[in-house]
Amino acid sequence: MLGLGILKGLVETARNFLGSYIDKERLVTVQFPEERLPVAEAARNFPFLIYDGVDPEQGLRCVACQICEKECPPRCITIEKSKDKKPDFVGKQQFYPAVFDIDVSVCMSCQICVEVCPFDAIRMDNEFELSTTDRFGGLLWTKEKLARPNEHYEAIHPTEAAEVEARRAEEKAQADAKKQPSTVTQ
Amino acid sequence: MLDQVFVSLKHWLLGYSPAAIQPAVSILLTILPILLVFPVLFALTTVLERKGLGRIQNRYGPNRVGFYGILQPMADALKSLTKEDIVPASADHTVHFLAPLILLAVAFLPFAVLPIGRNMIAANLDAGVLFFFAIGAISELSVFMAGWSSRNKYSLLGAMRAVAQMISYEVPLLLSSIAVIMAAGSLSTVEIVNKQAGFSGIFPHWYVLTPWGFVGFVLFMIAATAETNRSPFDLPEGESEIIAGYYIEYSGFKFALFFLGEYLGMFAISGLGITLFLGGWGAPLPFLTWVPSWIWFFAKLLGLIIGFIWVRGTLPRLRMDQLMNFAWKFMLPMALVVVVSAGAWRFLPQGVTRWLVSTLLLAVAYGLLARGVESRNKIAKRTYRFAE
Amino acid sequence: MRQMSAAFLILAIVTMIAACAAMTLRGLVHCALALAVAFAGIGTLYLSLGAQFLGLAQLLVYVGAIAVLIVFVILLTRGGESDARPLIPTGLPITGIVVATTILALLAWAVFHSFAIHSLGPPASPATVRELGTVLMADYVLPLEVMGLMLTAALIGAVVVAMKEKQDTQ
Repeated sequence: MLGLGILKGLVETARNFLGSYIDKERLVTVQFPEERLPVAEAARNFPFLIYDGVDPEQGLRCVACQICEKECPPRCITIEKSKDKKPDFVGKQQFYPAVFDIDVSVCMSCQICVEVCPFDAIRMDNEFELSTTDRFGGLLWTKEKLARPNEHYEAIHPTEAAEVEARRAEEKAQADAKKQPSTVTQ
Repeated sequence: MLDQVFVSLKHWLLGYSPAAIQPAVSILLTILPILLVFPVLFALTTVLERKGLGRIQNRYGPNRVGFYGILQPMADALKSLTKEDIVPASADHTVHFLAPLILLAVAFLPFAVLPIGRNMIAANLDAGVLFFFAIGAISELSVFMAGWSSRNKYSLLGAMRAVAQMISYEVPLLLSSIAVIMAAGSLSTVEIVNKQAGFSGIFPHWYVLTPWGFVGFVLFMIAATAETNRSPFDLPEGESEIIAGYYIEYSGFKFALFFLGEYLGMFAISGLGITLFLGGWGAPLPFLTWVPSWIWFFAKLLGLIIGFIWVRGTLPRLRMDQLMNFAWKFMLPMALVVVVSAGAWRFLPQGVTRWLVSTLLLAVAYGLLARGVESRNKIAKRTYRFAE
Repeated sequence: MRQMSAAFLILAIVTMIAACAAMTLRGLVHCALALAVAFAGIGTLYLSLGAQFLGLAQLLVYVGAIAVLIVFVILLTRGGESDARPLIPTGLPITGIVVATTILALLAWAVFHSFAIHSLGPPASPATVRELGTVLMADYVLPLEVMGLMLTAALIGAVVVAMKEKQDTQ
């Protein structure tokens, strides 16, 4: 009969409408600022610099090798080497960046800087609510703004952090062993 | 009495005005409620529609602005007022400016002949229903003006389609109303409501409860949906088809005026449907007559609006040729049969005979026409003209 | 001479301005829209004289259907040249003036003579829809049926013409 399909459709729609009040699971909407979807562990948005310990200046892992600056496709990283050196986590004297700027509006979150860094100094953060009302300098993040403690890295990417920690502990052990050869060969 | 509270209010206020300007004050006091109530109803309907459609589609509607989103129309009004009014450089500025104004004027006029309650009608014309249709016909011209003045091919196409659709669906609309006018014996809306005011047992004398009235009501509501360009007949303004059709080039407040005009047209034609078929301001059951008459009118209006929203959430859009075929090949013959059936009802004596004859006429016609519609829906085998 | 009410004056002026605009405006669609205003003006004149059915039927049929028809015809046949100026002859249009004067004289004669007759008799009862219907069905049923046949013939003719074109293109 002619109108039957329409009537069935109307019944289905009414069922949907009433069902959405009775059965809350029908509504899959996540009401954004109050509720959020859980973020995946490997989610990435914008890079940050890791520092060990409590002092962002002293513990900063970055040695200003400028590899990430050269590899970055949109060239959003600006690095200036320092004039003096400071010791890194194995004790070797390294340069450190006097200026390390990343432009938030240019970065495309490709993670290439992370992939090429030999010192595990730069990693991706997953925070995406980065908007600011300052048109002129608000989106150019300097070293102070980019530095985050290692605990933060362990909190957001636990598996990777564990693997990095294991590797760094091994390197430190090897470096320590090399420094005191007399005790090994004894 | 609560039923006549507005009429008494008006007379009381009239008593306070000097005798010289009393006619003018009387007119003002009659018009002002219409100008205030129906736009507020429009605002409420926009929220109701968005939330209703949302729930039908398994999502929340707007729920940020007020308590459960009820102040959303304020936000919408603010947005449309502050948007830049862009008029294309080659557009015809006078006609472009006049089109929404004429649409709005023509959208407010039909409310004058709708009886909202007992003794609550703005203009008790002897030819009320004819006035309604005459004014409705003028709105087509404003749609065309809007489409043509934008100097945009899509806009013009949308306008021509909209006007063709409105003209085609006016015929079944008028024919179903003619059946009611025949049964009531008068063109005056007050008369028609009065004829439906009695009760026989528990059933009211509404025309929708007769076989021809039921079919006539369904035809009327389908034609009303098409007249006001609402889903599923909204091809002229479908956003995925022709990007808003005849009001592509309108932005900001003029767009809001078009929206307002369209919804007011929806209210007016629902109001006419209520007056003609659903007994106007009458109560549905004899023991409910203590509820004020205007509450019944607005309750029925709300029911019809919910019906519109429900149908919008359910049905996909009709293609232009499907639309026109439906109007001319199904609804027009059906409406003619409704008129004949109403005549049979009127002239046969009361009892089972007239129910049987009416229903039989309608059922046979429906069966034959439905078969015609379904046979056209069959997809023919694909033939290739050149690639044999 | 009877006093002209303010309403009649305003409506008459609006109608005449619209009619003159329909003749002189550039852009054919503007002329058609001005014609629609003139039709509406005449409809409201009928309403002001108390002929409810006639006035509303004028609005429904002329403005709602015929004006739309004219506009559609313009669009479908000359849509491209939207700013085309209708041909206005140079020099004095002698024939036009003669024809217009003749018609004006004829109309004025008819109006004044009927005026002279009707101002003496009793005022006619307002023609309600019921009376119109009774007269149409009882006294003038033959012209009604003939008009119905004519309209049906026009409709069938239009359909046949359109159908024939479809067969030609196949």
